[in-house]
Amino acid sequence: MADPKALYQEVILDHNRKPRNYGTLADASHHADGHNPLCGDHITMALRLDDDRVGAIAFEGESCAICKASASMLTTNVKGKTRDEAELLIREFRDMATGKLDVATQPHHLGRLTVFGGVRDLPTRVKCAILPWHTLHAALNSAGSASTESAQDPMQAPIGDA
Amino acid sequence: MMNVATLTPNPSPNRERGTSSGNGLATIAGKFEVERIRAEFPILGIQVSGKPLVYLDNAASSQMPQPVIDRLVRYQKEQHANIHRGVHYLSETATAEFEAARGTLARFVNAREEREVIFTSGTTEAINLVMHGYGRKFIGAGDEIILTTLEHHSNIVPWQMLAEEKGAKIRVVPINDAGELLVDDYEKLFTERTKFVGLSHVSNALGTVNPVKAMIAFAHARGVPVLLDGAQAAPHLAVDVQDLDCDFYAFSGHKLCGPTGIGMLYGKAAQLERMQPFKGGGDMILSVTFEKTTYNTIPHKFEAGTPPIAAAIGLGAAIDYLSNIGMDAIAAHELELLNYATAQVNTLPGVRILGTSKHKAAVLSFIVAGVHPHDVGTLLNQDGIAVRTGHHCAQPVMQRFKVPATSRASFAFYNTLAEVDALVAGIRNVQKVFA
Repeated sequence: MADPKALYQEVILDHNRKPRNYGTLADASHHADGHNPLCGDHITMALRLDDDRVGAIAFEGESCAICKASASMLTTNVKGKTRDEAELLIREFRDMATGKLDVATQPHHLGRLTVFGGVRDLPTRVKCAILPWHTLHAALNSAGSASTESAQDPMQAPIGDA
Repeated sequence: MMNVATLTPNPSPNRERGTSSGNGLATIAGKFEVERIRAEFPILGIQVSGKPLVYLDNAASSQMPQPVIDRLVRYQKEQHANIHRGVHYLSETATAEFEAARGTLARFVNAREEREVIFTSGTTEAINLVMHGYGRKFIGAGDEIILTTLEHHSNIVPWQMLAEEKGAKIRVVPINDAGELLVDDYEKLFTERTKFVGLSHVSNALGTVNPVKAMIAFAHARGVPVLLDGAQAAPHLAVDVQDLDCDFYAFSGHKLCGPTGIGMLYGKAAQLERMQPFKGGGDMILSVTFEKTTYNTIPHKFEAGTPPIAAAIGLGAAIDYLSNIGMDAIAAHELELLNYATAQVNTLPGVRILGTSKHKAAVLSFIVAGVHPHDVGTLLNQDGIAVRTGHHCAQPVMQRFKVPATSRASFAFYNTLAEVDALVAGIRNVQKVFA
């Protein structure tokens, strides 16, 4: 078991206090709303694709620290990436959070995003960390919205009830 | 018949009975013996996150003392068979114990008759039973049902389903900033079409004790029956359904130190008699042919199929346990905890208590400025402290206070002032982490 205290490391608290790329994006080409109806977390994610790369990205919303820090670090990690690279990060992040990817022993591209690895031991908090990534996936696929509770959501992960 | 009350000898070697009468096992010379009570709850001894468990989520579910655990084991080991069926020894024994538990519940709420107590799976099923049995028979298009802002979803959604099916309307009693029902507004909601009132005795999200007796009298003066959701009241205060004069009273066993999957509906016999059955099946009938089925008498009319026999007997044992301590002694100790916790939390800058009625029971709902309740809950858990975070299945209350969620500490008679101190220290730590 990872130390759950690791969840509230300084990097997460810092991104919660001072979220990066927070706000709206006037010239967004893609956007989506993300919602977790069980806890009320709500974020919007907007981005501009320049050719196939994320040229600009921004988010805003109301959420817990885990969700907000996850969204903030998402934006700094995804900016400049191609669509395929972003989708790979989305998959790896989800697999880490749900315990399918062991970042200590398996190859990955998550970098500092591994600070969120501790959520896998807190089933009710997994959705908090994943919501921004669900929402990015919906935006990239022009789905418009993502919900942690939608059966249609392609990112739906089999995780505990919040 | 064996005695349902089974207060086992305490494993603690220094156990001594105090005053011999009246005060029960909880008190010696009038002092609430909380440590001796705690010793009877095995789960209170565990560690969480390397710290002693501080269990403050009793409004969601309470813990079970050893005598109740022992009663469940004894039933399964020595007394189990199906009830109301066989002529053999075990069936007779199980039936007698099951019906004895019904009697225990009837006395606990001071019902006139044991047949006014129906075993259900919990409060939710009890309310659904009344919706199907009473609502679908007696509430029609254009009729009105009065509920309150404080209701748990389980006393909202069944009535919405009925309203949708019948074309009836829901009217809602508002609350003030303290989380108290606006009784004047309640009285103004009554019209000639008002057919039913659903009302929580104690709010699960805020702890407000509602002035239900007067509200029931007002409804009865207009010929309107009242259901009380007692899920958060029955564990904390003495309930007297004859004094309240409610038509229906519902609560869940697992919030009263009993098992999950069992609860009860009290209903006035005259109401239950004129209601239609809820579920069809065995045990709820007198005779069945393909031409005509004759329903059984109450309470059996509402108890189709094999019930959770062990759970019902366990609930009877739990109520014996609580009654032995005394509901008044329990209420007094919990009020001391609540008052102390309220005073301590009020000393913390940036922490706001939701629900500030003078009349409250065992619930402290709070917001830490700048910190989402889920982060509060996860950090408190790291200190071994269990609180509930979220909307508490009472989203209208959250909407009224314009918050998505709260953190909720809820007390039981086995909690201590030291545990309140641990909670306050835990909240201080949350503020430090998020400073």
